[in-house]
Amino acid sequence: MPARSVLSGVHFMNGDEAIAEGALAAGCTFFAAYPITPQSEIAERLAFRLPRTGGVFIQMEDELAAMAAVVGAAWGGTKAMTATSGPGFSLMMENLGLAIMTETPCVVANVQRGGPSTGLPTAVGQGDMMQARWGSHGHYELISLCPSSPQEAFDLTVRAFALSERFRVPVLIMTDEVVGHMYERVEIPEEISEAPRRRPTGPVEGFLPYKPDEDLVPPMACAGEGYRIHVTGLTHDERGYPDMSAEAHDRLVRRLCDKITRAPEAYTWTEELFMDDAEVAVISYGISARVALGAVELARKRGIKAGLLRLITAWPFPDDVVRGVAERVQGMVTVELNMGQMSREVDRVVKGRVPLAGVYHPGGRIHRPDEVLRGIEEVMACR
Amino acid sequence: MPVKAKRQVPPPEVVQGQHPMEKYLRADRIPHIWCAGCGLGTVLASFLYAVDDLGVDPDGIAVISGIGCTGRVAGYVRMDSYHTTHGRALPFATGLKLAQPDMKAVVFSGDGDLFAIGGNHFIHAARRNLDINVICVNNLNYGMTGGQAGPTTPLGGRCTTSPYGNFEHPFNLVHVAASAGAAYVARWTSLDVRRLQGAIQEMLVRKGFSFLEVIAPCPTNYGRRNKLGDGLDELHHYAEHAVIKHGADLADTEILPGQDFLVGKFIDEEKPTYWEMYQGKVAELEDRRRR
Ligand SMILES: Cc1ncc(C[n+]2csc(CCOP(=O)(O)OP(=O)(O)O)c2C)c(N)n1
Ligand code: SF4
Ligand SMILES: [Mg+2]
Repeated sequence: MPARSVLSGVHFMNGDEAIAEGALAAGCTFFAAYPITPQSEIAERLAFRLPRTGGVFIQMEDELAAMAAVVGAAWGGTKAMTATSGPGFSLMMENLGLAIMTETPCVVANVQRGGPSTGLPTAVGQGDMMQARWGSHGHYELISLCPSSPQEAFDLTVRAFALSERFRVPVLIMTDEVVGHMYERVEIPEEISEAPRRRPTGPVEGFLPYKPDEDLVPPMACAGEGYRIHVTGLTHDERGYPDMSAEAHDRLVRRLCDKITRAPEAYTWTEELFMDDAEVAVISYGISARVALGAVELARKRGIKAGLLRLITAWPFPDDVVRGVAERVQGMVTVELNMGQMSREVDRVVKGRVPLAGVYHPGGRIHRPDEVLRGIEEVMACR
Repeated sequence: MPVKAKRQVPPPEVVQGQHPMEKYLRADRIPHIWCAGCGLGTVLASFLYAVDDLGVDPDGIAVISGIGCTGRVAGYVRMDSYHTTHGRALPFATGLKLAQPDMKAVVFSGDGDLFAIGGNHFIHAARRNLDINVICVNNLNYGMTGGQAGPTTPLGGRCTTSPYGNFEHPFNLVHVAASAGAAYVARWTSLDVRRLQGAIQEMLVRKGFSFLEVIAPCPTNYGRRNKLGDGLDELHHYAEHAVIKHGADLADTEILPGQDFLVGKFIDEEKPTYWEMYQGKVAELEDRRRR
């Protein structure tokens, strides 16, 4: 496989393009997708770039196929990615589950628009946050990251590939139409370390493809390496063979969850602004966090000690961070472009310790700072 | 036909020991789940004999299946083998093949998997002329889930979801494959083991999208509900109606209940594969960059 392509330097690009460049910088050499607004710029840039950098771009017949092709390409030894928006994300859920069950490293970007259904094809939304967590059937853990700017879209895409290799799990980049289409300065560093795939070291004979290392993640033998392994979406044992017992299922599902949840330090990122003396914390992510910051500044001007907790990692939810903040403040306001999804998690973690409010909008436009300010004032009033 | 005399011959002696193709099988997964009299074992054996006769390195073959009785093939071959999701074997194989262009990709799946839930993927994989070999075991119904009607169930066929006889027009798989652009198209019954092996050898050696339809008995479901007898009777029924006509006009290859149908090699043509076209573009770009 070819060398990766790092476009080092300072650029003016939108969030979608930054995701595409982040993928190339991380060593992604396979991208399969189906066109959808507001994701198309990711696919279009990679359709242009990958054939010039030795990789493969393929436009599939639908998102079911795109996700399946990504899983196949990852087993073929590549770093593989797809990108979509709501309607396509729904179609990807089936093979996202296959990637989780077979422990296939891969990256999926969802440039969120307003839903349900075709909803608002060209306008912003954040309504797929719970789908990112629970959209495929069965119980599982995966990692989701939420960039608030094109620069962060680049950085988090690079990290997403590294995390997907380290944990052998799909990593979702849950961005949104505004970040995807917003043009800003993006600085691509000279050096980007490429996360290697964890390869088996022992002999082919007796190799157990699903025998985990100490961190519960097994090394991965890819196609053509001579291990002749069997990979199945059925519940399987360490040999990779189907085992339909409740015990085998318990062992597997528990390990798939534990390998992620036991290492939160590896993927939990949040940002706190004006939080040192804050009495009310605004919790937000993606584009909404930028509006929320404006509202925090507005509140400060009015003498309200507000601060912002920005979630960079959405899943697994940063329980400890949110709990810690809840212990320091007298109220919390969740701001998001849906009718209250991540706020359920805040509620779950805070357990009634402080009053909570939510500033919700189903999408189509971003919040106005004054709407968020009203939420801050509301929660201050119930102290 | 020798099979006609089967009732007069004494029951075959049960032979214990290794299958001659055991080196390509996951022996620790045998016994398999397939019913007695099912056509699947024969088709799998034909594939393994083809690999053996050609002397292809099994490390260079990936077997990819969807879900169904046929989909279980991937679980029994001792090669890189992927048991994916229902209908998605072809897009999975597309990704794997483009990541490993030198490997041979063999998709083994059922009629429902490849032509109902996976029908869209099938026509597009054929259109792209990906270098993938598809072996579709057509048992005229959904074996795995208990014998429901599917896209190849003949008119009148009785299935659990066509209790009054199927009244949906079925697909003619070889015609669909040819129309979608497959470079190689053949059909045999699972009785034609030598011809099956020969076809699979041709497919493994040639480039491009190759499609093999194997008409096979499912005595547990389709055979039983349509009073076709046990596995051998059902196989005999198909074999009796199969008429070899290589290069037949695909419009004449429909399978109609109770009538003769055509088997043979229908399409075998050279045309650039997806990968060759892709590499061609890459070379063009490289050329332009150098100039
Ligand atoms: C998305 C989805 N829908 C339904 C099923 C249930 N299912 C399993 S196998 C099968 C049909 C298989 O029929 P076919 O492809 O003809 O294979 P056969 O068993 O006849 O070899 C179905 C419907 C599934 N596994 N996944
Ligand atoms: S149900 Fe039919 S296709 Fe499935 S193993 Fe039994 S006979 Fe074969
Ligand atoms: Mg079938």
